[in-house]
Amino acid sequence: MSAMDSNNTHSEHEVQILHSAHDHSHGHDHAHDHDEEHEHHDTFITKYIFTQDHKMIAKQFLLTAVLMGVIAMLMSVVFRLQLAWPGKSFPILEPILGKWAPGGVLDPNFYLALVTIHGTIMVFFVLTGGLSGTFSNLLIPLQIGARDMASGFLNMLSFWFFAASSIVMLFSVTIESGPASGGWTIYPPLSALEQAMPGSGLGMTLWLVSMSLFIVSSLLGSLNYIVTIINLRTKGMSMTRLPLTIWAFLVTAMLGVLSFPVLFAAVLLLIFDRSFGTSFYLSDIYIGGQALEHNGGSPILYEHLFWFLGHPEVYIVLLPALGITSEVIATNARKPIFGYRAMIASILGIAFLSFIVWGHHMFITGMNPFLGSVFVFTTLLIAIPSAVKAFNYITTLWKGNLQFTPAMLFAIGLVSFFITGGVTGLILGDSALDINLHDTYFVVAHFHLVMGSAAIFGMFAGVYHWFPKMFGRLMNKKLGFAHFWLTFAGAYGVFFPMHFLGLAGVPRRYYTFTEFPIFNDLVDINVLITWFAIISAVSQIIFLFNFFFSIFRGQRSSQNPWKSNTLEWTTPVEHIHGNWPGEIPEVHRWAYDYSKPDREEDFVSQITPLTEKEIVEGAH
Amino acid sequence: MTFLILATIVLFVLAGIRVMSIAALSAELRNNRKDDVITDAENRSQGNMWVIFMIAFFAFCAWQLYAYGDKILPEAASAHGPAIDNLFYTTLALITVVFILTHIVLVYQTYKHAGKNGKRATYFAHSNKLELIWTVIPAVVLTGLIAYGLTVWNDVIYPGDKKASVIELYSKQFDWTARYAGKDNTLGRSDFRTIGEGNDLGLIEDSKSDDDVIVKGEFHLVKGEPVQFKFRSRDVIHSAFMPHFRAQMNCVPGMETNFEFTPTITTKEMREKLNNPKFNYVLMCNKICGAAHYNMQMDIIVESKEEHNKWLAEQKTWAQTKAVATQTASVIEQTNTTATSDK
Repeated sequence: MSAMDSNNTHSEHEVQILHSAHDHSHGHDHAHDHDEEHEHHDTFITKYIFTQDHKMIAKQFLLTAVLMGVIAMLMSVVFRLQLAWPGKSFPILEPILGKWAPGGVLDPNFYLALVTIHGTIMVFFVLTGGLSGTFSNLLIPLQIGARDMASGFLNMLSFWFFAASSIVMLFSVTIESGPASGGWTIYPPLSALEQAMPGSGLGMTLWLVSMSLFIVSSLLGSLNYIVTIINLRTKGMSMTRLPLTIWAFLVTAMLGVLSFPVLFAAVLLLIFDRSFGTSFYLSDIYIGGQALEHNGGSPILYEHLFWFLGHPEVYIVLLPALGITSEVIATNARKPIFGYRAMIASILGIAFLSFIVWGHHMFITGMNPFLGSVFVFTTLLIAIPSAVKAFNYITTLWKGNLQFTPAMLFAIGLVSFFITGGVTGLILGDSALDINLHDTYFVVAHFHLVMGSAAIFGMFAGVYHWFPKMFGRLMNKKLGFAHFWLTFAGAYGVFFPMHFLGLAGVPRRYYTFTEFPIFNDLVDINVLITWFAIISAVSQIIFLFNFFFSIFRGQRSSQNPWKSNTLEWTTPVEHIHGNWPGEIPEVHRWAYDYSKPDREEDFVSQITPLTEKEIVEGAH
Repeated sequence: MTFLILATIVLFVLAGIRVMSIAALSAELRNNRKDDVITDAENRSQGNMWVIFMIAFFAFCAWQLYAYGDKILPEAASAHGPAIDNLFYTTLALITVVFILTHIVLVYQTYKHAGKNGKRATYFAHSNKLELIWTVIPAVVLTGLIAYGLTVWNDVIYPGDKKASVIELYSKQFDWTARYAGKDNTLGRSDFRTIGEGNDLGLIEDSKSDDDVIVKGEFHLVKGEPVQFKFRSRDVIHSAFMPHFRAQMNCVPGMETNFEFTPTITTKEMREKLNNPKFNYVLMCNKICGAAHYNMQMDIIVESKEEHNKWLAEQKTWAQTKAVATQTASVIEQTNTTATSDK
């Protein structure tokens, strides 16, 4: 009964919120009284579990992502052990993995399963659900000046679909026949036919169920983000006064809404092929001693559908990280972000191009070579807005007063990864070069740097920077420094040498390279990479300790610890429903007036009115 | 190897020091009241760390290049290979310059502008001139790169008019079969429904297949003669990857794919060049296809025309294989009949 009461209160509350957002003079006192009253009704369940408060939902996303991230990272350490010391027995593995590591040696099928689930979790659960889920939820209402998301209820559903899909994905790892193991791209027929590999049985079914739930979660979240950003901005918050984080979240959500349904279609057709005898992706197959009835489909259709999502997905992962970086770098350089409008234009440019480059994953599928040429053209074009972003970040640092908070270190680290990983895209995007490098370790090196490491660094930057906003306390900076340098060195140590493996012709997703005498010279690279992987993994203990310790025992934060301009720092440290105790503040200027001449302080909050002089100078 | 071990030990010592200091730090956690403010000393030391790190990172990259540089892109053994390699090295040179310069500039900023109390940053929000420069320069460079890349791509995909001999590479979990098109240079037709005992490729009755030659384990190519490969797959997607020839194409069930190239160096010559009498060109699978994906391979022998003709003559044609099979079958049938009648 009490839960119902509180639901009622919620919807009433939302009405108030909308009311107050539109009519400031009015909403003020009412909303305030309402909050006081509201605290009364919150039970443990409505406050921490089935909560509709965007700040709590952000924390739920973050904690789930941290858990998933740890699991996926441990998986990578296990398969790295096999790659460095193939066939060597690691007695510790047997009690953990049971029949998948008889005698402590990893089973080839389970090796592929680990690679697959590692990729799936990292791409979707950590860097899509975790990154967008956490920071879009936390920052959109706070930075645009709204009391909550447009629909708190859909937002809650979004998280619980995410949680359900995480549970199904983790459960699939524990089943008898093993989880999906056809690679995170799950190309049919391998993923469609149980006869092809054990992981294509129940494990693949669960993978598809999990991804369907995930897509629902993503769509609910994205629609909410878009509607909130477009409709609930506070007075004065024009689109060109939005912080770049919000621009990035907005465009990311649009990419998600446009591309995830296509993945859903791909997944659905695969489910049909697997369970209902259709032949969308299957043709001319003889497997397990018999010719299949399925005929007339094409696996290439699946690849087109998959990569139509798959490529925008790269930017769904990367754009929020870049948005966070823009904010963190500007704040800590104590300078306006350089080329604000160019940054928005490049976000939009990247987003547009991301829809017309998917074919570069398919140069050697037998696709018409002329079509390949078109995709080369569009793919290499994406380097232009990317270069603009990189140069603008560097220029933002120029003549700054750089405050090396852990968040700032991670943000600069992102810029470094973005460049190092990005430039090799010019090689892979060139179809002629892709012939020899497709599906080799060169690709693994490229995307782990440009989207994996860069995005995860963006996420770390966000966690360190907005930890005070989430938990009212600060993370320890010295542990942050240690975490940063070890992870930075570790990530480069893991992924840089992989370029050489790929150029020597080593294919990815190989259980061991020892079957090929031509790769004998390269064994020690693998040992080196694995040691770096272990160092990086161990360094995350520093982060986990710092994170959980600081939630409970960290130093209490002041209201605006980084002396930042954006609206979230005008809210009180303690979380309240509706974010601002009184009226939502009006915005008078853009988010980047750092170190503005004629000002005493080196920051000017967005709520500070423009001076006469500024108006004359045409400030906005 | 010793260097590797040493480097690892050094790293571990460094990591160890860090980990040990955590204990001290955790005590500090409770008392530290200045987490939000980064002190001048910290800014200075972090600014310096960037320089130290970047020097170490560049040294690491240089060492990697020194240690493994000679193992990347093994000498191209196909006619189009050097064109791909040139494009690669041109692009690599370009991106290496970008990589090094941007990192130097980046790290110089972190070093030079490390924060100081009382210092004020320069309010510099945009410059159309600068932004124009770094939009136009990449655009121009990329246009050149695209044009160069597409020229090479067209040359590779649409090779000369010289008539190529046709070889089919047939993939299945987890091995390869090669089929030579024989004297008529035309492959006999096939249908997956006829796959069975003695007919692994699912060939159907077709006079064109009689002179086809089917081989497993290794297949032979002629130096200087173009080969048109046709790829098929029986079960899942595989990818025929022949790194020495800069050649790769997916094998997709339900459709036929192609790739054409001309080998330019015989196996014997390559063995001498590499001073490795055991060297073999290899065809490997490069699309995840199941548990034994990592060991789906076939050797490739490149030889002279004479050697090749001799080798090919030793192989059985499909007609001969069928005849033997029919014979064996009738022998078995006879034996069975005899056995039954004996009863």
